Amino acid sequence: MKKLLKYLRPYRKETVISPLFKLLEAIFDLLVPLVVKRIIDVGIANADKPYVLFMCLVLVGFALVGLACSLVAQYYAARAAVGFSTHLRRDLFAHIQRFSYTDTDRIGTATLITRMTADVNQVQSGVNLTLRLLLRSPIIVLGALVMALAVHPGSAWIFLLIIPLLAVVIFSIMLKSIPLYRGVQSNLDRVTALTRENLTGARVLRAFRKEDEEITRFGEANDAHNRMQNRVGRISALMNPLTLVLVNLGVILILQSGAHRVYEGGMTQGDVVALTNYMAQILVELIKLANTVFTVNKALASAHRISDVLDAPIRMSAPEKGETPEDGSDEVLSFRNVSMRYAGSSEPSLSGITFSARRGETVGIIGSTGSGKSTLANLIPRFYDPAEGEVLVLGQDVRAYSLPDLRDRIAIVPQKATLFSGTVRSNLLWGNQKATDEELWEALERAQAKDFVEEKEGGLDAPVSQNGKNLSGGQRQRLTIARALVRRAPILILDDSSSALDYATDAALRHALRTLPKSPTVLLISQRTSSIRHADKILVLEDGECVGIGTHDELLATCEVYREIHESQYGREVEKA
Amino acid sequence: MKAPKKKLGFDKRTAARVLRELGRHRVSLFFSLLFALGSVLLTLYIPLLTGDAIDLIIDRALVDLDGVLAIALQIGACALLCALCQWLMNVLNNRITYAMVHKLRRQTFEKLQRLPLSYLDSHAVGDTVSRMMNDVDQLTDGLLLGFSQFFTGALTILGTLVIMLLLHPGVALVVILVTPLSLFVAAFIAKRTYSLFRLQSATRAEQTAMIDEYVGQHKTVLAFGHEDEAQAEFDELNERLGKCALRATFFSSLTNPCTRFVNNLVYAGVALVGALLCIGGGSMTVGGLSKFLSYANQYTKPFNEISGVLAELQNALACASRVFALLDEPELTPDAPDATVLSAVEGHVELDGVAFSYTPEQDLIRDLSLKVSPGQRVAIVGPTGCGKTTLINLLMRFYDVNDGSIRVESCDLRDATRASLRASFGMVLQDTWLRAATVRENICMARPDATEEEMLAAAKASHAHSFIKRLPNGYDTLLGEGGGSLSQGQKQLLCITRVMLALPPMLILDEATSSIDTRMELKIQNAFARMMQGRTSFIVAHRLSTIESADVILVMKDGKVIEQGDHRTLLAKKGFYATLYNSQFES
Repeated sequence: MKKLLKYLRPYRKETVISPLFKLLEAIFDLLVPLVVKRIIDVGIANADKPYVLFMCLVLVGFALVGLACSLVAQYYAARAAVGFSTHLRRDLFAHIQRFSYTDTDRIGTATLITRMTADVNQVQSGVNLTLRLLLRSPIIVLGALVMALAVHPGSAWIFLLIIPLLAVVIFSIMLKSIPLYRGVQSNLDRVTALTRENLTGARVLRAFRKEDEEITRFGEANDAHNRMQNRVGRISALMNPLTLVLVNLGVILILQSGAHRVYEGGMTQGDVVALTNYMAQILVELIKLANTVFTVNKALASAHRISDVLDAPIRMSAPEKGETPEDGSDEVLSFRNVSMRYAGSSEPSLSGITFSARRGETVGIIGSTGSGKSTLANLIPRFYDPAEGEVLVLGQDVRAYSLPDLRDRIAIVPQKATLFSGTVRSNLLWGNQKATDEELWEALERAQAKDFVEEKEGGLDAPVSQNGKNLSGGQRQRLTIARALVRRAPILILDDSSSALDYATDAALRHALRTLPKSPTVLLISQRTSSIRHADKILVLEDGECVGIGTHDELLATCEVYREIHESQYGREVEKA
Repeated sequence: MKAPKKKLGFDKRTAARVLRELGRHRVSLFFSLLFALGSVLLTLYIPLLTGDAIDLIIDRALVDLDGVLAIALQIGACALLCALCQWLMNVLNNRITYAMVHKLRRQTFEKLQRLPLSYLDSHAVGDTVSRMMNDVDQLTDGLLLGFSQFFTGALTILGTLVIMLLLHPGVALVVILVTPLSLFVAAFIAKRTYSLFRLQSATRAEQTAMIDEYVGQHKTVLAFGHEDEAQAEFDELNERLGKCALRATFFSSLTNPCTRFVNNLVYAGVALVGALLCIGGGSMTVGGLSKFLSYANQYTKPFNEISGVLAELQNALACASRVFALLDEPELTPDAPDATVLSAVEGHVELDGVAFSYTPEQDLIRDLSLKVSPGQRVAIVGPTGCGKTTLINLLMRFYDVNDGSIRVESCDLRDATRASLRASFGMVLQDTWLRAATVRENICMARPDATEEEMLAAAKASHAHSFIKRLPNGYDTLLGEGGGSLSQGQKQLLCITRVMLALPPMLILDEATSSIDTRMELKIQNAFARMMQGRTSFIVAHRLSTIESADVILVMKDGKVIEQGDHRTLLAKKGFYATLYNSQFES
């Protein structure tokens, strides 16, 4: 929580000026009853019309100065709040950028997005209101106390009695309702989650005739939410009425003791008017406060959710300036007795993997679903760290590299084709910002994407919409391959990335990959033996263990798992239509 | 006809309907307004009493202690009563709001269960969820808060004016003259703010889309070390948002100070005129002046609220129209009361001249006829978009045919109950869907009464058992939304297990093993074969092992069955199927 306060630090000036001017405004507000007292006790008592006129002009002057102060305060509050949220969002984004795969897996992208958007907005209004109103209210309340002391010290005890009582009421209602609000929020999250689930699973739910059951399920969550809301509602509805009663109790005390004191001669009528005015001001302020408390409450809950993200440690530590290996190491990639276990999983996903690959070699990796193929690939660019053993790139442990240095040496085609809004060119340049158009076209040609890009209006400048939705699955996949090729890195990883391609395209692609410039080491992950059969070396994975290494022919002869996989496919596969 | 002029703000029919919704709570509403009235009147009455008391404390010689005590007691009583009214009003308002939210959400959710799949398929999940959550919230909030604020605000202004006029018409005139200024200021700021807010929300939407993309595909950003570029792009947009947010926030916060300024002018005016009248002798007392001043102090406050109410109500109506639009979507035609309950289904399925399209412009299936006998396996092959999945949508009656008919056991699907039809089919789709629940609940979805042994047997048959038992809590492992961290293949295995446990008389397998590797597929082939034994099955697949053994192969292209027959006859025909089949040997 405290961590968020640091985002206000660049706005120290604003966070001081805004409440300060609010304070000034409040002081002028507080002076008004004094002026009125003078009008009554001096102006009216002495029938001094010019004095009354002068005092009223003073009131107008106060109003003008008050307005000016208030505008300044509002402006600086807005600056602080907006600046705060702008910085916070920036750092959140930067922090999330540094998350490793493990972190993103654990937290979930959907909730990260909500926290960056809705929650930050909520906190922004919270900061704004706090600077403007939340600070003003206590100032007015305490100021009223001070003024009461100034007007008539003997009556100040009434304020000293009422103000703590008000504080007790307000704080206990807040303390009681804040945790309940959190409950309301989590109930609401459940209602949302159920709706979302119902919509995404509509086909299956209907196939299983679950409509009525779903309504019951939803009804329970909806009822619970309703009950909780009413509970909180009843408590927070107490705020204003209790304030009203207490303040009027103060007014009664002022009138009663005032009457006696005036009778005894220690007080004037104007004093009584001024004191009741101060009580009334307290009431007005507290009603405003009650309205802002709700917003501030919500902002606090959001702030918690945001600091959870910011507090999430970046699990992966990498040297800022890592070592760089001497070029020319022939052993581009090697795994030494590598094991890996995902957080929260009881079984290792990889155990005891050892192999190495030289420059220009192609390594095929094959195995069943969940056998650890992608896990193995994810260890190379340090998306995850192994539990045991070490992964070496160009002869150096990956943990000795700085992350940018390491990832610069690796080009990946992910399993799920992901593109970003922009143009074909802007997406390809992800591979290498400095690539020339010629290089881009060459990569497209190798990735079998040249034809369709050429056909598009604008060619390289053809627009790509969010997540590449305006392209077909196969087109997306080919562009992600081209993107990786543009990088011309020493290691190229293709993670089952030809699944959306038809047979002929896949074959042409594999052919094109054999003659890549700078002869990179290629890691080819696939479920099809046909895709990897020409690899220099094939790793067969089964339940996270390596059950065979060798060429296609060797493995057919020696590795039963490989033979089974091959036989399940050989001549038994029609191209995916 | 399409868009009735929305610019004019109020869509009367939406407004009328909102009022009808509100009308259901008329008793609560009546009492809420009654308490509001009570609280406003008492709030206004208390300063009168205070003023009277002050007039009894003029100076030493003129203090009526008994009178002050009596008034003090009255003030106490009024305050208590007023507080009670306020509390009851708040509680009632909350009750009404929450009840409306509750009911609208329930209605919407029930509606979702009765909407045709065509609606769900063509609307983004996020949009529907937002209607159900955000719009409903804003509708009720805006409506009720707007309503009660408007009511109490207007009442306060009116009451204050009346009291002022009664107290002293001359001084009241000062107040009345300044009123339009206050209204004008509030309206001016509201208008200016609106356009700034629009710009802000447009920029926000732009940024949300960007966050959605970059955070959603964070792994790719990492893979390409694109963090710095992403950050730069984000920063630019973020700065832009910061700029327009600053303006919007500042302008919107002007209302209060400005109206307070007007209010302070009124206050000074009242003080001047009142004091002069006091001096002038007679027509005004100090107590009267004190009363006047405390009214003047509160007088313009409701103007802020009322000026905000209009915008709030407009927003509420906009939300209402979105919610109502969803509630008014045409529903599925309900099952006829005399609809046949399909029972003892053997597996006769007949398609007769079926035609179907999702959009009128584009035919998808034309004149499709087919006769399937019990126990037959029907494989459907063909290029993407040829209508394979559509056929399944029709069989399950997720969509109704446009022309022709589909009959199961010689009963037209439209004459059978949907429940009994769907109970006759077991379905595994390429798109694996699991709910956020335990593995056990997911498997037993179709048969909650299944015993532990039956469940284990199904899981072993589908070869899901080995990975389930390795999960942290085995069958009781709680899966996250959408299946959580399970791989596609594992999810698909669970979906297969689900159907293996239910064992309905007919099967639909739409790329049911697309995410499972071939070796695993081979392993579960036997279980599949056993499951299909004697069950009419419709299989969409791309693997020949599954297709070769089918009794009937439908080769579809562009919505038509272009070839039909078993594997051998189709090969001999040397047509489209033969080309598809042979293409694998070409590499």
